[in-house]
Amino acid sequence: MRRQVLLGAAGVGALALLWEGYKLVAPDDGVVVGELTVLPRTNDIAMPHLWDMAARAFEPVNSATDALPLWVAVLVAAAFTLGVAAVGWVVGVVVGLGTATLMQRFRTAESALLPWVVLSQTVPLIALAPLVRRWGSQLEVGTFDWQDWMSVAVIASYLAFFPVSIGALRGLSSPDAVHLDLMRSYGVGWWRTYRSLRLPAAVPHLIPALRLAAANAVIGTVVAEVSIGLRGGIGRMIVEFGASASADPAKQWSPIFGAVLVGLVAAGVCALIARGLARYRVSEVS
Amino acid sequence: MKHTARTVVRTGAVVASTALVLSACGGETEPTGSADGEELTPVTLQLQWVAQAQFAGYYAAVDQGFYEEEGLDVTIQEAGTDTVPIDVLAAGEADYAISWVPKVLGSIEQGTEVTNVAQVFERSGTLQVAMADSGIEGPEDLAGKNVGSWGYGNEWELFAGMQQAGLDTSEDITLVQQAFDMNGFLAGDIDAAQAMTYNEYAQVLETVNPDTGELYQPEDLTVIDWNEVGTAMLQDAIWADATRLADDEAYAETTVDFIKASLKGWVYARDDAEAAADIVTAAGSTLGTSHQLWQTNETNKLIWPSTSGVGTINADQWDQTVDIAMNTQNETGSTIITTEPPETAYSNEYVEEALAELTEEGVDVMGEDFAPIEVTLTEGGA
Repeated sequence: MRRQVLLGAAGVGALALLWEGYKLVAPDDGVVVGELTVLPRTNDIAMPHLWDMAARAFEPVNSATDALPLWVAVLVAAAFTLGVAAVGWVVGVVVGLGTATLMQRFRTAESALLPWVVLSQTVPLIALAPLVRRWGSQLEVGTFDWQDWMSVAVIASYLAFFPVSIGALRGLSSPDAVHLDLMRSYGVGWWRTYRSLRLPAAVPHLIPALRLAAANAVIGTVVAEVSIGLRGGIGRMIVEFGASASADPAKQWSPIFGAVLVGLVAAGVCALIARGLARYRVSEVS
Repeated sequence: MKHTARTVVRTGAVVASTALVLSACGGETEPTGSADGEELTPVTLQLQWVAQAQFAGYYAAVDQGFYEEEGLDVTIQEAGTDTVPIDVLAAGEADYAISWVPKVLGSIEQGTEVTNVAQVFERSGTLQVAMADSGIEGPEDLAGKNVGSWGYGNEWELFAGMQQAGLDTSEDITLVQQAFDMNGFLAGDIDAAQAMTYNEYAQVLETVNPDTGELYQPEDLTVIDWNEVGTAMLQDAIWADATRLADDEAYAETTVDFIKASLKGWVYARDDAEAAADIVTAAGSTLGTSHQLWQTNETNKLIWPSTSGVGTINADQWDQTVDIAMNTQNETGSTIITTEPPETAYSNEYVEEALAELTEEGVDVMGEDFAPIEVTLTEGGA
């Protein structure tokens, strides 16, 4: 465990060294072959020093009297994005498991659904986002009113359900024939077989799928926030701070680190889930 | 037709349910445009971008209660990178939308039924900015240069200007896709970059010039102003749903009220730019304080002084915009529109009514004495 932490820290340190090292060695205008820039510029606008980014994070967002320190504002936004991504992830996992179960249970469903599941991921997110928002805003059931963050969560779940449905389908179909035969010889019904044999057998396939789904949900949330202009999250913050990219270049790196943080927390939660399911993990398959 | 009916039903439903909750009285309530009753007509305004001083007048009108005085409960909806305000309006999710005229003309030609009911910005805020030592003084100097453009319908004034100067826009220049920051310009990849007076131009002036160690000064730059070149096109206007205007009397009345209160907001922003900038910041804009104030001030310059009363669509400017839209080709050889837009594309009917009411109330809708304030930008616009 300690070794892992050390190695992780060493990885981050190496990345930091690479950043500053490249900035030190390479020319300000990057490496240009002919007319083509093959390695990026290293000036302070394109690549601010890491310590400048850190220093900027402790300054207020702007000069308004009630402005929060940048790092606090980023944390607030990161928590918001994490919340939306979590909702998207949960919905995606439920839908993914549902479709996988359906496809496992009925061969016809598999033939009918699987191509669509795969095709669904080829629809570009930027085409989808405004549509989802539009459909959502036309939904009104009683006092329930569709909120924009729900559109973002739907888009996140749209990206998250894919690995889960594929992983779970493989997992649910993975028990050996002898085990299934045993269940049959006991005269056990489908549901019981599903619960006691198929689901546990699916866990090793499911855990990497859940991780992928978490990563997808975070990316989906950040991109959809930008796309539909949802206020409060990391995505919107990256776009807004991008406007001062030349005048205050270190500023926009804070939300980028915030996005990394959201990804790390999501990965951490998945690791905890994996630990909770440890007794089902005979061997992990990816 | 379909979306109109749906919106009416939806608006009706909202009003009805609000009424039920608030006063527990049953029955359908048609939205009314008067301030007599206690109920406010819900109105949604779709912006073209996130909250910033470019929209200061609307935020000021909300903050100062101008909409409420007219019996309106206005919700301002921000846009994301993929939001097309006119589509949102046409889909019935907003009652009014803010958009540039050239961006809408194409949609109108494709069958979207919307009407420009108030031309808030009389002048164009688009510049082409170059370094002072580049020798670029006018559109004719762009020959052989790397010319930046955001594309997506932001490029027409630039192309019209270059074509007016006799440049072959497909061969004489290198068109560079510009990002929403000025890094490409500052790094020298772009010789002449597109910039809005109220935004990107300020971003350059908020950046330290590595040669002097001080912020870039206006003297370090040259600008091509399309208003002076004569290829300016109309920008921020209030758009309404044309079919609803024709069929729905309540909506037509609401339109007058909405324009009236919005213009009052812009008058407020003119008379107290600092307060207006603070209102926008309080509404959630994260722009720095000096940048926000700069933007308010520059936006004011696009509106004031007004030639024929704020919000009026001047026929000559409209015709110039349509003319450029029909006759200017972009780098792919296409034009925005091929035929004259229909008569419903703009109407001064509603804004004139609003202006009459404002004048009666003693509001100065001309702003003849308008003088912009001096804004000192700080590094990063903080």
